[in-house]
Amino acid sequence: MLENYLPVLIFICIGLITGAAMVVMGGFMLAPRRPDPAKNSPYECGFEAFEDARLKFDVRYYLVAILFIIFDLEIAFLFPWAIVLEDIGVFGVVAMGIFLGILVIGFIYEWKKGALEWE
Amino acid sequence: MDSIVNILLPLWEWLPEYLQIFLWNLGKILLIMLPLMGAVAYVTLLERKVIGFMQVRIGPNRVGPKGLLQPIADALKLMFKEIIIPTNANKFLFLSAPMLSIGPALAAWAVIPFNGELVLADLNAGLLYILALTSMGVYGVLIAGWASNSKYALLGALRSAAQVVAYEIAMGFALVGVLMAGGSLNLGDIIAKQAGGFSNWFIIPLLPLFFVYFISGVAETNRAPFDVAEGESEIVAGFHVDYSGMAFAVFFLAEYANIIMISALTSLLFWGGWLSPFGDIGGILGNGFHWFLLKTVFFIFVFLWLRATFPRYRYDQIMRLGWKVFIPVTIVWLFVEAVMFVMQVGPWGA
Repeated sequence: MLENYLPVLIFICIGLITGAAMVVMGGFMLAPRRPDPAKNSPYECGFEAFEDARLKFDVRYYLVAILFIIFDLEIAFLFPWAIVLEDIGVFGVVAMGIFLGILVIGFIYEWKKGALEWE
Repeated sequence: MDSIVNILLPLWEWLPEYLQIFLWNLGKILLIMLPLMGAVAYVTLLERKVIGFMQVRIGPNRVGPKGLLQPIADALKLMFKEIIIPTNANKFLFLSAPMLSIGPALAAWAVIPFNGELVLADLNAGLLYILALTSMGVYGVLIAGWASNSKYALLGALRSAAQVVAYEIAMGFALVGVLMAGGSLNLGDIIAKQAGGFSNWFIIPLLPLFFVYFISGVAETNRAPFDVAEGESEIVAGFHVDYSGMAFAVFFLAEYANIIMISALTSLLFWGGWLSPFGDIGGILGNGFHWFLLKTVFFIFVFLWLRATFPRYRYDQIMRLGWKVFIPVTIVWLFVEAVMFVMQVGPWGA
């Protein structure tokens, strides 16, 4: 059972190593390396960078992230339910219907509140 | 041949057992990874050719016969190109971001069943594992955008993160629909449930979820028409604007590996994977890897077709499509599926 996860672990390591190897081999062994101040400045269409790039960003990105957590949790609840659906039968369907119904009410609320608007 | 075996076999048996297991797995992993890398290289050529023909051009045709060596030339060029690390960038994060995007993009292939027997790791939680790893991809984008310390890169990363996250919900709901029909997280079991010809494939009871899943997949991989994260014409390539040489190539590889991944998953979850549409009749028309390949290549082609056909969406339109169209559609379809389950029709019928 658990030995099934060994190839997965090895694969993840190989994947990361492949990425690292390609960057190190291509970038630091084969490729030239001639830094100069103009070349190494952040790209800004030919201008000198005005200020630090880590600027304030729109709060709606943050809102999307919060909504994502709620819905993703909901999906995490639905996964095990969907698998045992045949065992729990109609009772399970009704129970999940009520749970989803409550979340749909929340979804309608945030829709009406304009949390999903980008103009 | 015999003499090579005679030399190698004692050498193999001389190795300690854990090393044998490791090398055995390593070999199998390379057997998946190297063809995948080759496929990625040639999907880039296919993309340029297909888009070329759709725009009544020829596409690359100078390097090698009919341009067939173009991907190799591209790879060599990128290999010998300097990786510029911007002065203000956070060096460690800047260089680890490409790794974080390619690692999961490759590792997700561990649980893909290529035919009835051929699968590296037959996990019980296969689909969950894929969902987890494909979600990791967004870290690469986010870290790349933040570490470059460039305004375009940051904007691209923010856009991409919000978009990926929004479409992941629609994708997750679509997967719940597949799980309800399949009754298992194991990809092999999901395929087995679709056995017996085209009429048993999940595409029929789950048609709306298929569209939601595939379009969300296009959005997840930041492909046209949802490529605002790159947006060449407004934020000049977005999150990887400050990457060059191999560091850029690794992002590129990850993007194409993800395209192939989404195409493969779409064919596995909705179109019966390696199952033949005529049922198990044996021979070339029977079940087998070639059906899986055929379906996957078709969906890769659809990716390119979409790019050649549609103009880029505006950002508010993307978010509206994700939140206000796909999520309601999937929730409604989950209810429809629950009704089908109670009535014992479709995949639940006798």
